[in-house]
Amino acid sequence: MFQRLRENKSARGTLLALPTTVWLFVLLIVPLILTLIVSFGRRSPDGSVIYTFTLHNYIRLFGYSTDCPAGQASCFEPLYLNIMWRSLMLAFNTTLCVVTLAYPLAYFIARAHPKKRSLYLFMVLIPLWTNFVIRVYAWMMLLRKEGAINAIIGWLMHLLHIPFTPFEMLYTPGAVLVGMVYEFLPFMILPIYTSLEKIDNSLYEAAADLGANSVKTFLRVTLPLSMPGMVAGTILVFIPVMGTFIVSDILGGRQVILVGNLIQRQFLDARDPTFGSAVSLILMVMTLIVTYFYTRKFGFGEEIVSA
Amino acid sequence: MTSEFAVEMRDVVKRFITPEGNDLDAVDHVTMQIRNGEFFSMLGSSGCGKTTSLRMVAGFEWPTEGEVYIEGKAMGHIPPFQRKVNTVFQSYALFQHLTVYQNVAFGLEMEHTAEDEIKQRVGRALEMVQLTGMDRRKPKQLSGGQQQRVALARALVKTPDVLLLDEPLGALDLKLRKEMQLELKALQKQLGITFIYVTHDQEEALAMSDRIAVMSNGRVQQIGTPVEVYERPVNKFVADFIGESNFLVGSLKSISGNEAQVFVHSLNAELVGVPISEELVNGDEVIVCIRPEKIRIVEEDVPNQNTFRGKVANTVYIGADTHVFVDVYGIKLKVWEQNFISRLNSKPLYAVGQEVRLMLVPENTLVLKKDFSHVSASSRK
Repeated sequence: MFQRLRENKSARGTLLALPTTVWLFVLLIVPLILTLIVSFGRRSPDGSVIYTFTLHNYIRLFGYSTDCPAGQASCFEPLYLNIMWRSLMLAFNTTLCVVTLAYPLAYFIARAHPKKRSLYLFMVLIPLWTNFVIRVYAWMMLLRKEGAINAIIGWLMHLLHIPFTPFEMLYTPGAVLVGMVYEFLPFMILPIYTSLEKIDNSLYEAAADLGANSVKTFLRVTLPLSMPGMVAGTILVFIPVMGTFIVSDILGGRQVILVGNLIQRQFLDARDPTFGSAVSLILMVMTLIVTYFYTRKFGFGEEIVSA
Repeated sequence: MTSEFAVEMRDVVKRFITPEGNDLDAVDHVTMQIRNGEFFSMLGSSGCGKTTSLRMVAGFEWPTEGEVYIEGKAMGHIPPFQRKVNTVFQSYALFQHLTVYQNVAFGLEMEHTAEDEIKQRVGRALEMVQLTGMDRRKPKQLSGGQQQRVALARALVKTPDVLLLDEPLGALDLKLRKEMQLELKALQKQLGITFIYVTHDQEEALAMSDRIAVMSNGRVQQIGTPVEVYERPVNKFVADFIGESNFLVGSLKSISGNEAQVFVHSLNAELVGVPISEELVNGDEVIVCIRPEKIRIVEEDVPNQNTFRGKVANTVYIGADTHVFVDVYGIKLKVWEQNFISRLNSKPLYAVGQEVRLMLVPENTLVLKKDFSHVSASSRK
């Protein structure tokens, strides 16, 4: 058998891929199928699942409600649609902010002296040594009414003799955005840095030589050549932001409910796994659709030059 | 064209700081004048300052001291995109995300040239470098030679006053390089543009250039036509760097006019009737330099032609020539004999140990001042 393996390259490939395939099948494909089955079920009064086939959960998600005022049997209630829309917008905004912040920094690091680059990259990665949740809590300390930011502004205002009352920054959509941007920044910096770092200095010189000033060089050479990094970074940021619930839970409180929070509450508070499963699947489909159109336009972040 | 010189470097110094914190003059008081329409080469081994000099003309580096003039205008800190020179880079530096057409059109788009004109000029440039029909390809889909041509077209389409070429043929194989040498030279003649060509390949420089600046240690050692730098090197470095030479240490005796006798210590003999330059005086220590192909192996002594007896120490057959190493009083002299007769027998032209007579024809013998190791005076003439 080993003799055959040594000679047969494709058999060897299969063997190498086997552990991961089993892993993914057991822990991804099977749960997905179970989720799908559950999502078509119905919640029993005691919170367990009645296995049947009904589209009830999906209809409910898209606005059909039986809990209506004034004696109506059913009505349109866009509560869940709003949550999904809010999540989508937040993911877009987060990605946009992250790109805007990450690009100049990645550019700076890539153009820095080679000896300093690793130090800068190291600094970018340091926050990742701390637990995700702890970092979000740290933002809570900063954004609170009695938090550091209010204290600093208050002190400055006091110096300038301007009256100032601390205001609540926590539990606002802005707080959630700030937290998200902070959490996912490194995942954008690294891929952009990688693609910028690969650009040979002679290309900048060639552009200048051919008459391009620094703005034109950036727009015509640097930006297109760093597109693969931006695309990869966008995928790395957008998808997790769509699903995360910790940031909005801690920094948004009850005010900012995202799809992730909705799913979490269905499983834990509302004890309706059937509806939770339906929301999970719709979230996945939504993310896939956005990613599909995005990658169709920009690719998966592979070298655009080979196209 | 307002100035006599396309490019002029006046007493230019470029100082870098090494990682150890020391000053390094990559270019050390270089002065050269490059005429309009000239094919000018900077020749030297790596680290001699040739590329740094070129980069200062292009505007990628600014001189620490001195000034670069283009068309008579001091360049100061004018950035590259405002200089009417274009560069062909050693690594080609093609934009991989753009097609061949877009690469060549890039420079014209920066000038806001009308679209019709861009189309026309790019077409002509691609035709000039024989790449018609390749315009939709990406650089990665081209061979090294083709990429080199794209780089050339991209620079030439801007119709620069001066084209700077930084070892453009370095990455090509020998055959292709020779072809491109001829093509480049023909192109330069046809367009009448000044070419400044940086190379470490002496044959390339000799074959293509109108004039060559031989550089070493950041300094210009000699500027001259290919014939001048080969036949009349001004110092030992140039004589050694370009082609091969036999060097003999001697001292001058009895100068009469432009001729002298040189007593060669190692041979314990005199060379007679050797032409010398004016600045040398009686008793000067000199280096006698004679090219291996200019030493003749003769049948018998010729009066007044500096004939010496020696023993063949070794022979190397290299196709066109045979290199014969002859031992003369313990000094090994290189002699190149052309293989002008086709023969197949295994017996070499000269057997090891065979006694031969070498003729060092006086007019082919060059006398150089001995202590020339740190010459730069010649470059400032």
